[in-house]
Amino acid sequence: MRGCSSVDERREEREVGGAGGWTRWIVTGPPVAFLLAFFLVPALIVVAASFREPGEFGGLVPLAAGFANALSLEAYRFLLGDLVYAEIFAISFLVALATTVICIAAAYPLAWLIARSPRRRRDLLVLLVILPFASNFLVRIYAWIMLLGPANLLYTPFAVIVGMVYVHLPFMVLPLYTNLEKHDPALLEAAQDLGANAWTRFWRVTFPLSLPGIYSGSALVFIPVLGMFAVPELLGGTGDILIGNLIKEQFLDNRDWPLGSALSIGLTIAVLAFAALAAAGARRGLKGTEAVS
Amino acid sequence: MALLEIRNVTRRFGSLVAVDRVSLAIEAGEFFTLLGPSGCGKTTLLRMIAGFDEPDEGELFLDGKPLAGIAPEKRPVHTVFQSYALFPHMTVAGNIAFPLEMAGRPREEIERRVRETLSLVHLEEKGEAYPHELSGGQKQRVALARGLVNKPRLLLLDEPLGALDAKLRVEMQVELINLQRDVGVTFVFVTHAQQEALALSHRIAVMSQGRVEQLDTPDRLYTAPASRFVADFIGKINLIEAEVAGNAHGHLMLRSAMGDLAADLPPDARPGARGALALRPELVRVAERLETLELRNRFAGHVKDLLYEGDVTLYTVEVEGGFVIEALLANASPGRARLFKVGDAVAVGWRHDAGVFIRG
Repeated sequence: MRGCSSVDERREEREVGGAGGWTRWIVTGPPVAFLLAFFLVPALIVVAASFREPGEFGGLVPLAAGFANALSLEAYRFLLGDLVYAEIFAISFLVALATTVICIAAAYPLAWLIARSPRRRRDLLVLLVILPFASNFLVRIYAWIMLLGPANLLYTPFAVIVGMVYVHLPFMVLPLYTNLEKHDPALLEAAQDLGANAWTRFWRVTFPLSLPGIYSGSALVFIPVLGMFAVPELLGGTGDILIGNLIKEQFLDNRDWPLGSALSIGLTIAVLAFAALAAAGARRGLKGTEAVS
Repeated sequence: MALLEIRNVTRRFGSLVAVDRVSLAIEAGEFFTLLGPSGCGKTTLLRMIAGFDEPDEGELFLDGKPLAGIAPEKRPVHTVFQSYALFPHMTVAGNIAFPLEMAGRPREEIERRVRETLSLVHLEEKGEAYPHELSGGQKQRVALARGLVNKPRLLLLDEPLGALDAKLRVEMQVELINLQRDVGVTFVFVTHAQQEALALSHRIAVMSQGRVEQLDTPDRLYTAPASRFVADFIGKINLIEAEVAGNAHGHLMLRSAMGDLAADLPPDARPGARGALALRPELVRVAERLETLELRNRFAGHVKDLLYEGDVTLYTVEVEGGFVIEALLANASPGRARLFKVGDAVAVGWRHDAGVFIRG
């Protein structure tokens, strides 16, 4: 088997590369160019901006004013000098963590139910899960304002979590469903045959095999929640500032672009570190489940 | 008392009767096989024994106690699945330990028995491997070990050799026989491969359309098939339509379109009874000239087709009137090794006790 597949791969390589190297660039060129222009370059601009002086009315002090006036480490000194920023980072992580955990708990039964329903009905149910995306994000958040307002729950941390979970739930349901749908029903039968009751079957077979789905769903929820500013802005109170709001404020309200940039870089590094950690964990957890996913 | 008794069991799916009033008893220590083509109800029967399905009518008894309403996880019956169904996220040792953990055995006992069972299936080195790192034969052994480790009263095997290549299948057959003898667990084996059933089983129930056609030892099934279906399903056979012309002390005179035939069985056949003479190809003799065959049943013809298989050759001989008789001859036999070619004029014949008359 192994030998056959490697022959196939080689043939594929020949077919793609065989018509000359330029065919490869037709395919990969546009996305690479897109990523360079709209991801890498802006990221570098943000890094550069974080080492500049804020301009008087927003923006940055032009480099023409001389390097001594235009460049500084002030933003980082400020960021590291005040514990408030570390606290907001910590709170944001906690909110993201809580949102992720609640999403897992809420999405699992739903994904399981969809995966278990007759094949014909599954597509419809998946469509229902993603249907909210068809309406505007802000409209949906305003709907929550109307729902939470009369209950006196608006502008509380609770409202923020509700909004975060609501917005991100589909991103947990879909990968979980994709994973659960692929489970071999014979495994559950085997477990039952060998003496496992329903509870044990879930915790010893279904749950461990669904870990890859939980990991990818968690990444899709946790990372966006960390940077999300609209939900806390609209549903949260004055005390519910998260990193996303802080960054937005630096650019739009405080006109301190370097500090905003430095905060962004801090967030990016934190997210990358977290993702690396999660990936390492997933790799360890995934050992042996390759056959399933 | 039989270990497992199946009493008048029927199972319907809509208008389809998957299992139709089946009764049979399986004895402790037996290697019992349910043999039949796909759709004959053998897997449905197996699932009812395991508890994944319940009969619409009839009852199953294990050790004399009714099985109705007892969940699969509560039955002392384990299954080796066709797809093996090994847990991909557990090591080989983890898979084998699973039923022991479910039974709540103490840790030391689990470790000891996993070790013992691994060596029983010759996988001592593979305890820490994951299923996807194993070959097909190794997966098969793990599935067997997992099914056997907690000493079930019955081990059900659902076409367990189906996914293996021919050479490996023969090796595993020998291992299965030895394993069953060594552990003393009763095996109920389901297969559509008649050769496998003949090689492995103490007794075989041949099933067709939900019914048991014949329940017998492999040797009896092969030499004395009770119906056309069994005769045709097990091994190669010539079926010659015939009618009983006379019966003298168990010696039958049969009238067929080929001519008159002499046969031996069964002694109670009445003149006028219709049926077929079933004749195994290896009991048909082939000679160059009719006169050299000193037999009651002999016909002149020519070789129409042949299938050379190394040790034997299957000749298809067309005799007068266009009738076709298959004959299986050893290619190397002391003194008279002779290979015929397509078109050769030959004669075929068989002893009067070589064929079995099947009524109906």
